[in-house]
Amino acid sequence: MAVTRSQPPISEQEPLPGGDNRFKLLEATMKKHQYRPDALIEVLHRAQELFGYLSTDLLFYIAHSLHLPPSRVYGVATFYHFFSLAPKGEHSCVVCLGTACYVRGAAAILAAAEQMLGIRAGHTTPDGQLSLETARCLGACGIAPTVVFDGAITGHQTPEQVQVWLERLVGGRSG
Amino acid sequence: MDLSELLAIAEHENAMRRPICIRCCTALGCQSAGSLSLKQRLEEAVAEIDRTDIEVIGVGCMGLCGHGPLVQVDPEGVLYEHVHAADAPSIVAALDGGEATAPHGDPHHPFFTLQKRVVLENSGIIDPERIESYIAAGGYQALYRVLHDMTPAEVIDVVTRSGLRGRGGAGYPTGLKWATVAKSHGDRKYVVCNADEGDPGAFMDRSIIESDPHKILEGMAIAAYAVGADQGYVYVRAEYPLAIQRLQRAIAQARRLGLLGAQIFDAGFTFRIDIRVGAGAFVCGEETALMASIEGRRGQPRPRPPYPAESGLWGRPTLINNVETFANIPPIIRNGAEWFASIGAETSRGTKVFALTGKIRHTGLIEVPMGVTLRQIVEDMGGGVPEGRVKAVQTGGPSGGCIPAALLDTPVDYESLQRVGSIMGSGGMVVMDDATNMVDVAHFYIEFCKDESCGKCIPCRAGTAQMLHMLDLVRAGQATAADLARLEQLCVMVKETSLCGLGQSAPNPVLSTLKYFREEYEALVRG
Repeated sequence: MAVTRSQPPISEQEPLPGGDNRFKLLEATMKKHQYRPDALIEVLHRAQELFGYLSTDLLFYIAHSLHLPPSRVYGVATFYHFFSLAPKGEHSCVVCLGTACYVRGAAAILAAAEQMLGIRAGHTTPDGQLSLETARCLGACGIAPTVVFDGAITGHQTPEQVQVWLERLVGGRSG
Repeated sequence: MDLSELLAIAEHENAMRRPICIRCCTALGCQSAGSLSLKQRLEEAVAEIDRTDIEVIGVGCMGLCGHGPLVQVDPEGVLYEHVHAADAPSIVAALDGGEATAPHGDPHHPFFTLQKRVVLENSGIIDPERIESYIAAGGYQALYRVLHDMTPAEVIDVVTRSGLRGRGGAGYPTGLKWATVAKSHGDRKYVVCNADEGDPGAFMDRSIIESDPHKILEGMAIAAYAVGADQGYVYVRAEYPLAIQRLQRAIAQARRLGLLGAQIFDAGFTFRIDIRVGAGAFVCGEETALMASIEGRRGQPRPRPPYPAESGLWGRPTLINNVETFANIPPIIRNGAEWFASIGAETSRGTKVFALTGKIRHTGLIEVPMGVTLRQIVEDMGGGVPEGRVKAVQTGGPSGGCIPAALLDTPVDYESLQRVGSIMGSGGMVVMDDATNMVDVAHFYIEFCKDESCGKCIPCRAGTAQMLHMLDLVRAGQATAADLARLEQLCVMVKETSLCGLGQSAPNPVLSTLKYFREEYEALVRG
């Protein structure tokens, strides 16, 4: 995704996108950090929490507010794995691929999920229902292999169990 | 807040305790297995029989995470494993001679008896969400003593004589680091706690924070006094929401009681702590990258010197220690340098917390004196692999190496592990059985390092990609013996020329598997 200056930042188009409460909440976070540039990562966290992902316009808005060049904001947003520049699915399934999970068969779990959903890890189903992702390690190695469904960690998973979970989340779907 | 107020809180807390205590683990592992609803059912079951001599408390990690949710009943110390919410009434009934429906654990198993708990002394015992519980266990008394009875130089002297070395992996003497920061000049100094536990297969720091967050805060405050800092940061991974939440709560509680903030214990000492949440970059565990991230920039390392001790956050002297290092500080102040130095091995004093995972019967968190052997940990404490034999033990995560079963009698200390081609690392210990293919393991780690390379220096950025490519060829049966030699050469080059620890240690998993399991590579090589 290329970021160009062709579109003026939202904040220059209009003071605040009217009626969207999320901007007020984001503004409050930036104010709490006194609009300091070193709060950029905290602000991006909050923005993603509020909007689900970081759109180009949103990045421009943040850059303008924190008095940072857009290149810097874009650089940080793309450097860290946690930030997403594209919309996510309604539901999420994160398969942990940390060492403990790997040794206990996480690869087979991921393969089963990919096959069932018909998408690769890092992608969202075409109907926007579910995003399939992988994690490096969630630190829940004691109950490996682990999978996170909509934010809830579940341990001791098998490919069969994961398929049952997914079916519950997105309804029956053939790969 | 003064000492008498602190002691009054402890006294009140202890007076409120009931004779019988049902401890229910509420750390991440057990929570994921349903321990929160279990705790609620236990409370309801106690209320139903109207017994006022029983209390139910949520505690941090009890260690045996693979068998959770765990419940332990004091004073007898009866341990229950794999407890479901439905078992709650029977556990309470068992206090009157009934039979609990949950399986009994064995608190006298070597998994527990071979441990020496210093860092984890309160873990699984106190309620991590209440500062009073920590204070009742003697918390914040070390900070009081330091502020009122010791000069900063005396504090550094105690830490130096204790022989404590950094628990983040490199093992740099902690006292020496503190002394350097104390000597450095700056209009402001910072203390940073590195809780960016990125090694896959490691969860020591997460467990420590979730189980005993105030201990970290107290350790940081003592460090700040010793080096002359007034601002602290805990840099914690975004992947650890429960740890972040408990840390936030702990900071707010400490602030409310005046144990953080201005004029702590009326001693003219001011120290504030803020949390900085990472955003998923393994390289941020490297200290210069971590500082860049705290400053809101991309987490890319820079050459050292200057070391953070001289020029760190915003160019000011900065002390960076790992979670476990800070957690060792209050017990060292409380019990003295000699006590700490009497634990462990010659050059590695004290204990080390390990996350024991992989193909092993008892997975979980253990703390052992330095110098115990890998065999004791894997076979006695861990109970060995469920099926087949132990093939290798991986320590140190992507920066470490695979130690073959033949070397299981290696003692766990910084130097011994380095001699066999691995490192202590932060404490991840992944056991692999004979069904594990070591070329796949090397591939797994190199793929990880390639993805996590920040891209700043060429040896790491291009080297890890080439290493991965060559391992792909090996796995596809398309490599020759000459390719293996080239792979080894490339490993040495990346190790010696990379900018930071990530690249310098990335080849370790390949080098150690090439050294000890070369036949597995050769079996895949053409002609």
